[in-house]
Amino acid sequence: MSVLLDIRNLSKSYPGVKANDDVSFSIQVGEIHALLGENGAGKSTLVKMIYGLVRPDSGTMALNGEKFAPPKPFFARQKGVSMVFQHFSLFEALTVAENISLGMGVAPNRKELSARIRTVSNEYGLPLDPDRLIGDLSVGERQRVEIIRCLLQNPRLLIMDEPTSVLTPQEVDILFGTLRKLSENGVAILYISHKLDEIRTLCDHATVLRHGKVVDTCIPAEETAKSMAEMMIGAELEMPKAKEFSPGDVLLEISGLSLASDDPFGTSLKNVNLSLRRGEVMGIAGVAGNGQDEILAALSGERKVAADMIKLDGASIGNLGPNERRKIGLLTGPEERLGHAAAPAMSLAENAFLTGRIRKGLANKGFMKHRKIADFARQIVEEFDVRTPGIRVAAKALSGGNLQKFVIGREILQDPEVLIVNQPTWGVDAAAAASIRRAIRDLAEGGAAVLVISQDLDELMEISDTFAVLSEGALSKPRLAEGLHVDEIGLMMGGQLEGETHADA
Amino acid sequence: MLTLEPRQKASKAMLYLAPVIAVAMTMLVGGALFAVLGIDPFDAIWTIFFDPFLDSYNLSQLFVKAAPLILIATGLSLGFRAGVWNIGAEGQFIIGALASGAVGLALWGMEGWWILPLMAIAGAFGGFLWGMIPALLKIKFNANEILVSLMLVYVAQNLLAAMVTGPLKDPDGRGFPQSRNFGRNDVTDLPDVFSPLGLHVGGVVALIALAGALILLQKHSLGFSIKLTGDSPRAARFAGVNPSIIIAVCLGISGALAGLAGMFEVTGPAGLLTTTFPVGYGFTAIIVAFLGRLHPVGILLAGVVLAGTYIGGENAQFTLQLPAAAVTVFQGMMLFFLLAVEILVSYKISFKRRAV
Repeated sequence: MSVLLDIRNLSKSYPGVKANDDVSFSIQVGEIHALLGENGAGKSTLVKMIYGLVRPDSGTMALNGEKFAPPKPFFARQKGVSMVFQHFSLFEALTVAENISLGMGVAPNRKELSARIRTVSNEYGLPLDPDRLIGDLSVGERQRVEIIRCLLQNPRLLIMDEPTSVLTPQEVDILFGTLRKLSENGVAILYISHKLDEIRTLCDHATVLRHGKVVDTCIPAEETAKSMAEMMIGAELEMPKAKEFSPGDVLLEISGLSLASDDPFGTSLKNVNLSLRRGEVMGIAGVAGNGQDEILAALSGERKVAADMIKLDGASIGNLGPNERRKIGLLTGPEERLGHAAAPAMSLAENAFLTGRIRKGLANKGFMKHRKIADFARQIVEEFDVRTPGIRVAAKALSGGNLQKFVIGREILQDPEVLIVNQPTWGVDAAAAASIRRAIRDLAEGGAAVLVISQDLDELMEISDTFAVLSEGALSKPRLAEGLHVDEIGLMMGGQLEGETHADA
Repeated sequence: MLTLEPRQKASKAMLYLAPVIAVAMTMLVGGALFAVLGIDPFDAIWTIFFDPFLDSYNLSQLFVKAAPLILIATGLSLGFRAGVWNIGAEGQFIIGALASGAVGLALWGMEGWWILPLMAIAGAFGGFLWGMIPALLKIKFNANEILVSLMLVYVAQNLLAAMVTGPLKDPDGRGFPQSRNFGRNDVTDLPDVFSPLGLHVGGVVALIALAGALILLQKHSLGFSIKLTGDSPRAARFAGVNPSIIIAVCLGISGALAGLAGMFEVTGPAGLLTTTFPVGYGFTAIIVAFLGRLHPVGILLAGVVLAGTYIGGENAQFTLQLPAAAVTVFQGMMLFFLLAVEILVSYKISFKRRAV
């Protein structure tokens, strides 16, 4: 095998943080190379430099022996380096083929392109219809669009940033099949992940990053999940600290909740049971697309279910709408900030009114109390440190992290009895994420019950008292988070709901 | 290669200037068109755009034309804000006129101040019902309201033709396809309020409707729900807004206001029902709504401007032998330029060399 990409002494600093520090490693032609590390270890910065999105402060790269310093992604793509991002850039109102042609600069005619998409998608086992609208596709299918967009450019190196975090187990299998086929065809793959099992089954080599430095390299197949976890986390493989947890009465009770998804690619809920007590933060882990959106919709009241399936403080509420539930103290924060939790073109003040109307008494016989609405919006901005020029600014003008703080703050400041949040710190920077988690803990310590749905295991371990896994629409029996081992969680998430057999919560 | 790139931030001033620029461009290009037709462009532009506001006879026609445009556009703007596209106001206008006319004819010969208000209620109700047809079809079967409401315009036109040649035909009309003349009967004649500007009772109602829309949109949670639904249907559902209700409210209100406009037209300026009674106010109101940026104050201004082009266009037909279609061309141009300018407000054109 020959070296495809050689990276020598790359460094990159941002104010206050050294994202990459003297990083060196190389990728062989046709190998699947894992880049392993915790959140914030510097994986994203590194691949952004390879893809030309970020210029390194120092260090060099060589592609096939030639100097490689792409000033823009366009140049990286020309040299055969493509990347599939965690967050997709697709237009929902356009078809698959239209989206792909948009990224191409010089697009072939639609028919030819559709034919090529079909060929590539068949060749690599990624079923995809070029004429479907993106808006109708599942997240996994959208990822396929991004992959095929890359493959049409015949890349020599394909960078994949946490590709499985949004996939169902079945989709992961399909993806792995594709990646192996690509590797056989001589395409090298740089695979970023912190999921150890995946890396062990898929990757030929692994480079481990910690705090921006290469701390180890290994052949994953020869390692155990535990040994790799220790490389990644260092000596400090620390399990969740014991939290003070003395739960009160049951507040929210879900029993036998089944709900058919209204999205043809969604996951239906199957007999979900849980009870949430005062002072309790329950974490629900699971790969996206396993029923998270559906559980949130059932709890927010966007989808109504049989009254008895959901009880709040003993009262059956499954058949109530969103505002009736808000009135009695059940608040929710959906995953999608823009276009679900908040209206993009509306101001922060209007967005404060959006859910705050009932509990904060922001309307009188339907007439909006503008002064009170502004006060509430200002309170959220101040108490949750939302960086914004003012409350008349449109929600879409805020950065993701700031809007997330606003959306979470809006619900917390309404003093909920029960708060349900889905991906509360998705795409939020570390400092903002920490303050959101702090606020969630404080809320529970003040006597509320909180359900946190997240794909970030570290986050769940940090804030949860109890822990359950959602897999294919079914929820494992919740158990105490304390003492739970990473391996066990991995198994639970893999669809084997071990928690059911030796539950102790 | 020419590409459109989204601007970081749309200029606020430009957002307000867009309609003004659109009108100016319409004059420019329209003028060029006249020059090609061999008509003095300055004279023509002056006649169509400025004379209507400078001459006392023309001014006395201003609100006669502006009132129905404003009344209909106000209702349409609510729906357009919510993403409910009622394109069939013309049909609702006709049905409103028919319903109120039928009531007026049924009570023909009776006296009483209550007859006109009753006709107004009938007109509003007729328009409301006609608007509820696309609403219900959309709610129940997700039928596209653009198509359904537009198709119903032609149904309404045929219904009108059938009525004025049948049940509603003037028995003393020597067989002409028209109803009795409401304007020549004191009981059914719509009173004037301020004749120098052509302001009849309908114009006052239009202004009241505008004020109502302003309050609804800025102060009331129903208006908030309408705007929210237009901005993000999913966020609206999350906020507890029932999309079916928004559809029904928007089509219902815009239908009722269009029907009311039909009643004012038949008891006021038109005076009677004929097959040529509808002159396209329902369609022109769409332009008024957009030219007014879907905002009540903007609609008032846009309604007056478009009313001016109606009057100016008619005058130009006499004085300059301009074809009757010229006004329609002008109005279409205005909408076209407005949409073009609005794209340029939110996107910029960049010249990019083709990537190699």
